[in-house]
Amino acid sequence: MMTPTAARAQIGPDAAMMDVLCPMHAVLNASGDLVHAGPTLVKICGGTSLIGTRFSELFDIKRPQTDGSVRMLIATAGAKLHLRTRGAPRTDLKGVAVPLSPGMPPEGGVLINLSFGISVVDAVRDFALTSSDFAATDLAIEMLYLVEAKTAAMDASHKLNMRLQGAMIAAEEKAYTDTLTGLRNRRAMNYVLEQLTSAEQDFALIHLDLDYFKAVNDRMGHAAGDHVLREVARIMVEETRSDDTVARVGGDEFVIVLKRLTDPQIVHDIAERLIARLSEPIPFADKYCSITASAGSVLSCAHAHADATRLMLEADTALYAAKDAGRGRHISYTQDLNRHATGNGEVGGPVSSNCPGPLAPRDPGRRDGGTE
Amino acid sequence: MHGLMNRSIERFVRDTYGRDVWGAVMRRAGLDYVEFEAMLTYDDHVTRDVLHALGAVLARTEQDILEDIGTFLVSHPNLEALRRLLRFGGPTFTEFLHSLDDLPARARLAVSDLILPEIELRDHGGGRFCVWCRGPVAGFGHVLVGLLRALADDYGALAWLEHKGRQNDSEIVEIQLLTVEHASGRRFDLGLGAL
Repeated sequence: MMTPTAARAQIGPDAAMMDVLCPMHAVLNASGDLVHAGPTLVKICGGTSLIGTRFSELFDIKRPQTDGSVRMLIATAGAKLHLRTRGAPRTDLKGVAVPLSPGMPPEGGVLINLSFGISVVDAVRDFALTSSDFAATDLAIEMLYLVEAKTAAMDASHKLNMRLQGAMIAAEEKAYTDTLTGLRNRRAMNYVLEQLTSAEQDFALIHLDLDYFKAVNDRMGHAAGDHVLREVARIMVEETRSDDTVARVGGDEFVIVLKRLTDPQIVHDIAERLIARLSEPIPFADKYCSITASAGSVLSCAHAHADATRLMLEADTALYAAKDAGRGRHISYTQDLNRHATGNGEVGGPVSSNCPGPLAPRDPGRRDGGTE
Repeated sequence: MHGLMNRSIERFVRDTYGRDVWGAVMRRAGLDYVEFEAMLTYDDHVTRDVLHALGAVLARTEQDILEDIGTFLVSHPNLEALRRLLRFGGPTFTEFLHSLDDLPARARLAVSDLILPEIELRDHGGGRFCVWCRGPVAGFGHVLVGLLRALADDYGALAWLEHKGRQNDSEIVEIQLLTVEHASGRRFDLGLGAL
């Protein structure tokens, strides 16, 4: 069995052997000058012979703190050293020092082996290293492989994530959009109403129904009907703000949610302006399609705790009051309307003081020609 | 089958024959989409159906197509990343061959659910090697023929390759190195991929 001393003696300063096993090692004499450097160490220090150069002129030992003397290097024997090259490009290195055995030249010298550690990726590029610059047992090549493989795999995963996110947004958009008009659909409207009522934000809700639309469909065909719906949608979007919600909730039924509105007069003005524009004949092919619209509205501020279902029901009551009153008009919801509604029962609750009664004058005369 | 495999077939067809041919292949395979996701997993039958359809559309044997896919994976500029990963196998073609046994493990290190067939290299001396390739899906040996042929070229080695058929559940690929590596291969800089 070999004694530890004998084993160390075999490693010794056999330069050729050490160059194969540790191509980044250096042997220093007692005064800290290099007496030998491995081939890769020579390469990263500029390629010229390093013999006679002081180790501390080439490398800065960052940790543990030393004065760079061989005596202190020997004191760190076996511990991990953190170093940095003094020449450009600055490269962080890891190292370990071991004192040479007594009797092994240079007397009182030290052997230091260095490695790139995590900076290997940059170092390989900066110094144009090849696999022959590393010991055959070094894991550097495997590490470089892993870095590239993981980067490629991450890129692929990232692309997939981006595509999935895009698909998700498109699917959500589709789920909330009425395909014919591009308006929101009933599902989107329910969502918006839930959001607003749960956040206790004020809003006005207008339920609008087209008059004489069935006649357009019947007399001029579905293409004309579809055209009218798209034009109606365009007008409603024009007459509302970008953060309002315009939804098509049925064949010719629409709901408009106007955020932050608490003044019934403003809601009435908006509804009347909308109805006036919708009553203008809509050109299609070489003909005109004539429709009007009836609307009922309700304010969320009319209730201490606005409930989406109840607000929809009240807007609906007001809408049917408008239809009963002769169409082509808007009526704001009041409790009084329930007495005239048939089979609706008592729906209304307390109405706040800033929500007065119907603003549209009731017209008992029915407009002729309605085929709703 | 891992999406990377299907995606490779897709890239090969798109880059070699164009998107119209690829669309025709996918329709013929009865699939209602035209793009494979590299990082998803698909039923094995999808890959089989696409290869059948591809054979029919191109009027070529599946073996020929698989071999071309192997060549494509190494030689097409769009797949430079894969060529580089393969070249990490060794600095010479001979050393690369000796690293083939590690190929499935290397693939798993990169993408943990990418399962490649088991690969075993047998060195018969005089530059003659046999690669035994054992996996659930037949045909990988043909891909390997194309891939190794292109890689020999990449390394600047002259080699003769042949698929020797199946034995039990293994495909056998024979390799005869005709000359040792010379310097006319393509460059491979270790540090280039990290840029």
